[in-house]
Amino acid sequence: MSDGSRVASAVQLLSPEGERVPHGRYEITLRDSELRELYRDMVLVRRLDTEATALQRQGELGLWASSLGQEAAQVGSARCLRPTDFAFPTYRDHGVTWSRGVQPLEILAMFRGVTNGGWDPIERGCAIYTIVIGNQALHAAGYAMGVHLDGSDDAVIAYFGDGATDEGDVNEAFVFGSVFNAPVVFFCQNNQWAISQPRERRNPGLIHERAAGFGFPGVLVDGNDILAVMAVTREALERARSGGGPTLVEAYTYRMAAHTTSDDPTRYRHAEELEIWRLRDPIERLKVFLARQGIADRHYFDQIDHEANELAVFVRDGVRAMVEPSAGSMFDHVYAESHPLLDEQRRRLRDYEASFVEELSP
Amino acid sequence: MTTMTMAKALNSGLRKAMERDSKVVMLGEDIGRLGGVFRITDGLQKDFGEHRVMDSPLAESGIVGAAVGLAMRGYRPVVEIQFDGFVYPAFDQIVSQVAKMHRRTEGTVRMPIVIRIPFGGGIGAVEHHSESPEAYFAHTAGLRVLCPSDPQAAYATIQQAIACDDPVVYFEPKRRYWDKGEVDEGFDALDTGGSADPWRARVLQVGTDVTVACYGPMVRTCIDAARASTEASVEVIDLQSLSPLDIDTVAASVERTGRLVVVHEAAANVGLGAEIAARVTERCFYELEAPVLRVTGYDTPYPASRLEEHFLPDLDRVLDAVDRAMAY
Repeated sequence: MSDGSRVASAVQLLSPEGERVPHGRYEITLRDSELRELYRDMVLVRRLDTEATALQRQGELGLWASSLGQEAAQVGSARCLRPTDFAFPTYRDHGVTWSRGVQPLEILAMFRGVTNGGWDPIERGCAIYTIVIGNQALHAAGYAMGVHLDGSDDAVIAYFGDGATDEGDVNEAFVFGSVFNAPVVFFCQNNQWAISQPRERRNPGLIHERAAGFGFPGVLVDGNDILAVMAVTREALERARSGGGPTLVEAYTYRMAAHTTSDDPTRYRHAEELEIWRLRDPIERLKVFLARQGIADRHYFDQIDHEANELAVFVRDGVRAMVEPSAGSMFDHVYAESHPLLDEQRRRLRDYEASFVEELSP
Repeated sequence: MTTMTMAKALNSGLRKAMERDSKVVMLGEDIGRLGGVFRITDGLQKDFGEHRVMDSPLAESGIVGAAVGLAMRGYRPVVEIQFDGFVYPAFDQIVSQVAKMHRRTEGTVRMPIVIRIPFGGGIGAVEHHSESPEAYFAHTAGLRVLCPSDPQAAYATIQQAIACDDPVVYFEPKRRYWDKGEVDEGFDALDTGGSADPWRARVLQVGTDVTVACYGPMVRTCIDAARASTEASVEVIDLQSLSPLDIDTVAASVERTGRLVVVHEAAANVGLGAEIAARVTERCFYELEAPVLRVTGYDTPYPASRLEEHFLPDLDRVLDAVDRAMAY
């Protein structure tokens, strides 16, 4: 059972009970307003996530991959990025896309089936969701090689899960990142489960320790501690910017929900495990900290809850109001330059559909 | 005009593309210091630097996946897959990412990537070094597939492929690398004049009885066959672009000749010949005097090199198909 015993060796700045704990190497100082913003981000992302799950149950989305429980790892790391940096997320990283300014309805559009992507990656500084496990790690390495060629001090962050570390592409990305000294942070959210398979049944080694074999540092961080995640990610990004090459961050966290809405986790994991991780909830611990420190009060928390409910209503209405794409739009943007075969097929589809209209006409 | 090999023409075309656009970068195994196992990139690293001609780790998926990231950053990566049979580790990145990124991002991200692959048999090579995997890529929406057949075409189309905003899988007929031909290095490959259109098939030999459509390494074979044909007047078309296919040029020829033979090294089953036969039949049903025939490699794994002369279409097999087409 993934009881989180390894958390003991992970970098932690905020205990599950919401108490600040010292760390010999990593530290972070944030303004009160920044701490409140982080809390707000996590609450809103969680509300977006639960609303999306509900919308899938109502048949409004084809599928949803929940980020429940991973908000600190996602928001904390992505909030360390500058606007000109670039993130390569997986399909579960809603806290990342949210933090990059991707709009809630843009995030849900692919899951509703009205688009293959959802947003302009260049405008958002954030790639569209990659579905094939691990592919994006190589894109991040290549993008970072380009940053390096440009002589820019932008940094790149590649997100992937513990399951993806089994994939060749992730390991090849480590090789490319290392060989080309690319300014990339490999950010692994070890959420303990790859659909039904626990870590122990796949690669039993410690993920962050692999970095040494590829010639760059690896660090294990409590992925449910947003302060520790930020401290570790900031340092890794700084190393990237200053020519120090890649870092592998293993954020130790837990996938509280099913793999996706098509999955039934009761078939393979125990409820007790969830209880253990519920006590380590990333939002609750920051909330306790903010309240104890007098950084936020009940009025603030109520206000964020209210905002979250408004977001849910906005998302619900927005998803239902999404414009259905036209049949002909499937031919758009397959190629950047004209293509005779697609031109012909587009014309044929239009004629075919028009033929029905004519038949119906008196 | 300069006489040069296809290998040299490709090298010259690559050089020209790098001179024209500083965003053109190269990535591949042994392409830098060695100049590639076929020396196609010979001297480019020396002249353009290690930052633009990058020797890559030995990982094909990594090469293509990194090219996706470079393209997203605004570069025009030209990657080399060392041999045809080594492209499969990169297949996932090519069909799932390279081919779809433009579509998935609703046109906001372009993938001007060229994936160069020396392909085909006839050089006595060992396992995995003689394959013709072009149909996999021609089948994939979002990719373009080019295949030059002579030095001038190679010189022009490699530059056009690099200038293209779509991803291009560029198949180089390795057994024709050392064939010589006239190349006009003053030729402006990016001039949009119709004669330089890389996506159009080329009628290389005019004939009246049978059209033979082919590409890459089979073009010379088919021209030799056409010249040797005593009974029938054979028209030879070099398809050059395998995706999109220029069916217009083939159909216009078949409308005159009434007969079509398609020739490729790749296996017959679900190959390019099948697609061409279907589309020409749709277009030219009433003009056809004979069924469309195919001369291809057999539907076996590529054989041991001692057997490859039996596997590869040659002049006699092309003429045999021409005879059979004439006999209907």
